[in-house]
Amino acid sequence: MSKELLFISQHWNIEFNHAAGETASVFFRAIKERKEILGRRCPACKRVLLPPRSFCERCFVDTLEWVKVGKEGTIEAFTIVYEQFRGLPKPPYAIAYVLLDGASTAMVNFLKKVDLNNLQEALERIKIGARVKVVFKRKRRGRITDFWYELLHT
Amino acid sequence: MIQAGIIGIGQTRFVTRRDDVNLGELAREATIIALEDAGIEFRDIEAVVFSLALDALEGMENAERWCVEAVGGCKKPCIRVHMGGATGGSALHTGLFHILSGLFNCVLVVGAEKMGETQDAQSILNLIFDPVYEREVAINAINMCSFQAIRHMRKYGTTEYHMALVAVRSYKNALKNPYAHIKKEITVEDVLNSRVICYPIKLYDCCPRSTGACAVLVASSRFIKKLGKKRIAWISGIGSCTNSYFMGDRMDNSGLNDHADAEGLLIAAKKAYKMAGISDPKKEIDVAEIYAPFTSTELAAVEALGFCEKGESGICNEKGIFDMDGKLPVNPSGGVLTSNPISVTALVRVAEAALQVMGKAGERQVKGVKNAVATGEGGSLQFYTVTVLSKGI
Ligand SMILES: [Zn+2]
Repeated sequence: MSKELLFISQHWNIEFNHAAGETASVFFRAIKERKEILGRRCPACKRVLLPPRSFCERCFVDTLEWVKVGKEGTIEAFTIVYEQFRGLPKPPYAIAYVLLDGASTAMVNFLKKVDLNNLQEALERIKIGARVKVVFKRKRRGRITDFWYELLHT
Repeated sequence: MIQAGIIGIGQTRFVTRRDDVNLGELAREATIIALEDAGIEFRDIEAVVFSLALDALEGMENAERWCVEAVGGCKKPCIRVHMGGATGGSALHTGLFHILSGLFNCVLVVGAEKMGETQDAQSILNLIFDPVYEREVAINAINMCSFQAIRHMRKYGTTEYHMALVAVRSYKNALKNPYAHIKKEITVEDVLNSRVICYPIKLYDCCPRSTGACAVLVASSRFIKKLGKKRIAWISGIGSCTNSYFMGDRMDNSGLNDHADAEGLLIAAKKAYKMAGISDPKKEIDVAEIYAPFTSTELAAVEALGFCEKGESGICNEKGIFDMDGKLPVNPSGGVLTSNPISVTALVRVAEAALQVMGKAGERQVKGVKNAVATGEGGSLQFYTVTVLSKGI
């Protein structure tokens, strides 16, 4: 009897049409229609949650009030990706969590328009505490990728 | 009061692929080893907890359906646990709850992982992020840990050198673990010169993708007495804690829940220590098996576990405190950095900690272990489990 082991190749290809829900729909429409970033304020702890949520996970209450936050902020965490992962963008790219002025929590997005080819040079510019601005895409679809961050030059 | 102890342990050698067995057969291998270790048979198992993480990594939905009969689950209650990386820790806790309920006397906690059958692990792990706000920003299981690492570096002055020390120690320890996946000696320079994956995480700061299985038999004190078993790892304390889904919620500068620190682990550890009657973990814990898929994850974890002050893990690694001949050896098995079969990785931590308490850890045995701690961590540093194992209760 042959001891050759056989293989069964398979591929998953599944489609979804996810509902953004009421809260995220308001957030994405504000980005798409007015280039505004909206957070939700918790009536108990007063934090402005970004991305906006309909509840505060700390106080267990619903958030009700929309708050327009600033289009500039501070980098709270970042990474620079140099590895190609299948199905993910072509490297290098930078991702940053930014605390926008007036928000209480940091929101993640790509950090663009900075040369990443030399890591050490990139690290001279991309730092926790560095100031960034929100830049909107010209053609917006109501998605998180309608905007990104860019370093503010001082 | 009912007490519970670990009476049998089974692990397979962790490897890149196993093309000779399917997922259930792999879990069966570990089960048979655990049964032999405990000196009991399939019919003694009263219930099965199946430790199985992401379905997409196995390429099958509800893959526990395919596996439970292979581990003796037919005609018995079975439950599948999935908490991401924390799966094995939560599965062990679920097994413990079965015993503490008084309804069961002998429970098998078992699982297997065959993530080597897909090349798409990180695109699958990108799917653990919500489709509305975060998934499209290309976050995966590596760069989610980079955000913690970079904040720890900024807050405490931790360096890539400190991270490299963790890798070198883990690789060295793995050489003495017959089950470890990656077995090779590396130097600090090798780590620092390895290619950047998601800065500050480099290749040797990362765990491998491993295939393998682990089984742990948990029994009641009554069952243990009847069996006449002497070498037991008693479960003396457990704790579990969940943090927010959004990592950005831990970057609000209030200092209350900083993503730099493993705050969820700190809370879980405090609960587990209290239950185990441990007041000074630095002195009373003799060895730790920590769920840390990246070097930087371990640095935050040892601080959260109370092995050193916040921000001092780098210096403690320089001093060799967590080395095999140090004051508090961490990951004698080589840890997650040298074997990461996701579905059972946190269960392996429990198994290795139990082996230390039982005095059955072979060449990687730490001398005179009375108390050992094992951790699990799942999601974006979101779910934490802590288990304290003790020689006596
Ligand atoms: Zn609140």
